[in-house]
Amino acid sequence: MSDSAVAATVQADQEPRVLTGNHFMLGDHACAEGALAAGLDFFGGYPITPSTEIAEHLARRLPPLGGRFVQMEDELGSMAAIIGASAAGARSLTATSGPGFSLMMENIGLAAMLEIPCVVADVMRASPSTGLPTMVGQSDILQARWGSHGDYGIIAYCPASPQECFDLTVRAFNAADQYRVPVFMLMDEVVGHMTERVVIPAADEVPLIRRKGPRQAPDGKPFLSYAPDEDMVPPIAHAGEGYKVHMTGLTHDERGYPAMNVETHDKLINRLVDKIRLHAADIEMYEEIDAEDADTIVISFGCTARSARHAVNQARSEGLKCGLLRLITIWPFPETRIRQLIEQGKVQRFIVPEVNLGQLRREVERLTQLPVLRLNHAGGTMPTPDAILELIRS
Amino acid sequence: MTVTEQTIHPAENIHPIDRLLRADRLPHILCPGCGIGTVIHGYAHAIAASGIAEDQHVCVSGIGCSGRAAGYVNVDSYHTTHGRALPFALGIAVHKPELNVTVISGDGDLSAIGGNHLIHAARRNVNLNVICINNFNYGMTGGQVGPTTPVGAKGTTAPLGAVEQPFNLPYLAKATGAEFVARWTILHVREFQDAVLRSMQKNGFSFIEVLAPCPTSFGRANKIEDGMHEVEIYRERCRVENGAPKLEDLDIDLLDENKPIIVGNFVDIERAPFMK
Repeated sequence: MSDSAVAATVQADQEPRVLTGNHFMLGDHACAEGALAAGLDFFGGYPITPSTEIAEHLARRLPPLGGRFVQMEDELGSMAAIIGASAAGARSLTATSGPGFSLMMENIGLAAMLEIPCVVADVMRASPSTGLPTMVGQSDILQARWGSHGDYGIIAYCPASPQECFDLTVRAFNAADQYRVPVFMLMDEVVGHMTERVVIPAADEVPLIRRKGPRQAPDGKPFLSYAPDEDMVPPIAHAGEGYKVHMTGLTHDERGYPAMNVETHDKLINRLVDKIRLHAADIEMYEEIDAEDADTIVISFGCTARSARHAVNQARSEGLKCGLLRLITIWPFPETRIRQLIEQGKVQRFIVPEVNLGQLRREVERLTQLPVLRLNHAGGTMPTPDAILELIRS
Repeated sequence: MTVTEQTIHPAENIHPIDRLLRADRLPHILCPGCGIGTVIHGYAHAIAASGIAEDQHVCVSGIGCSGRAAGYVNVDSYHTTHGRALPFALGIAVHKPELNVTVISGDGDLSAIGGNHLIHAARRNVNLNVICINNFNYGMTGGQVGPTTPVGAKGTTAPLGAVEQPFNLPYLAKATGAEFVARWTILHVREFQDAVLRSMQKNGFSFIEVLAPCPTSFGRANKIEDGMHEVEIYRERCRVENGAPKLEDLDIDLLDENKPIIVGNFVDIERAPFMK
């Protein structure tokens, strides 16, 4: 180990779990710090640009805090390992980018089916396939929603700054536990590799919501791992707690036992979807600038929203009735708010800039007959404020 | 106690390992003559003999007939995705090192689709007890050949006979770093149980290959009429060589009447434990 690496390790030994204070911090590192502040116990991952800084940061920071860092053999194993650790009670995380995210789809379906909470940070790069590994993309958003086979609900946050990488990672862990789902941090390369001010609160001011545990003692009476409460989310018992749980990716009954019949399947899968769908209002997050009276609304997320904000502010200063709807959760998609804005009758058109060939635009078009103007890059660069402004002026 | 248990076993007649099986899941899905039940039975006996509290045992399976094992044992049990039982189990074992985690899965699950995880879990020396049920084919999907099928043996995806060299699993496990390596068959009930018990005592990666008949899929295609016929083959041709010096010679050819099947506890060493 080099002297500087030794020095870094010694320093990590002395650092608290929550790095309260003001920092000038990389987005990827802010995501890692958010995970630590949220109580991360286990990280399993495989190096991939542009997410590697998350793994590297946690390799240094997590073990001195009593957590476990494992560099897995591939992303199939990474995803399986974080589900296993969470089944034993850990708050667990992996970090990846497009090619690795594709490999994780198999076990993302398992996490959804077993209802085991976990967080996956996907720092998006220009895709498909190997694409432009070091350059920005925003083209995994539909994969995040639909990538594993079958129907299930998930939550995905799209930070637009290192501060949000921290804040939303904390929130992602809470949401994963609250709803027993895999939750995605859909970062993009620009945000992941951007260094900005990050304010980390005092440890006791980090909002934490933990998963519900059993309300019965492990006394031999069968524990129903999949008997939902009124919120449609069942309490979870972990490996080693004495409840003798059984969990299977097969269609299962409330006991967790395989149940090969269509009625059980229909009931289970509807609940997996509904527990997110019917809580969408609680989960959804977005930011609006001047959207209420706007005739042109720019809908954007991640790094692109930074250009959009600049363009919208400039357009307003020119007297144009323009607004911004920045999606912070991209899933669930804040469609209720978009329908409201349409029904109010002021908006005449939408503009959707994004670093893909129209994935978010499809979602918007699904909701409206109004014109939806596109501004796309296949990846590698992001739309400039000027390009968005030009569309607003058109 | 569930109603089903009471119906099947009046209280005074409960078998000592019944409490380790999920009687409320009977009847099981396994075919007549299948060897997987015997493996589950051996695992349950090893749990009982381990002296480790039942709630500290965890069973993880992948996919396939053998992957159903986790569904029948009355400990915390997880039936995961195809090939991924080992990394799932790693997550449990690393987060709660006090637990005794056993992976029961098939030869296809562990050495084909899960082969990469197998060699890396062995290399790391993760504290896992792996029971690899080898029935020489993919049984659940109807008898396709796999990485353990002997050359010449027939399967639905090799109607003229398998042409690929199969894995010698104990050799693979040893070469990649396993602390404990054994091969038994479901005929060797006691030896198998003892091997599982030994694996539970180890602090690193243990790999036990256990040969088991699959009369419905493999047997029918290869003139092995029923489960008993294959057990007869084990009885006639198995040779116990504990500590066998040359693992590279332990290839199995179930269909070659002149070739012995070497079984035994082959490796029992200590290596630095993973993350302890």
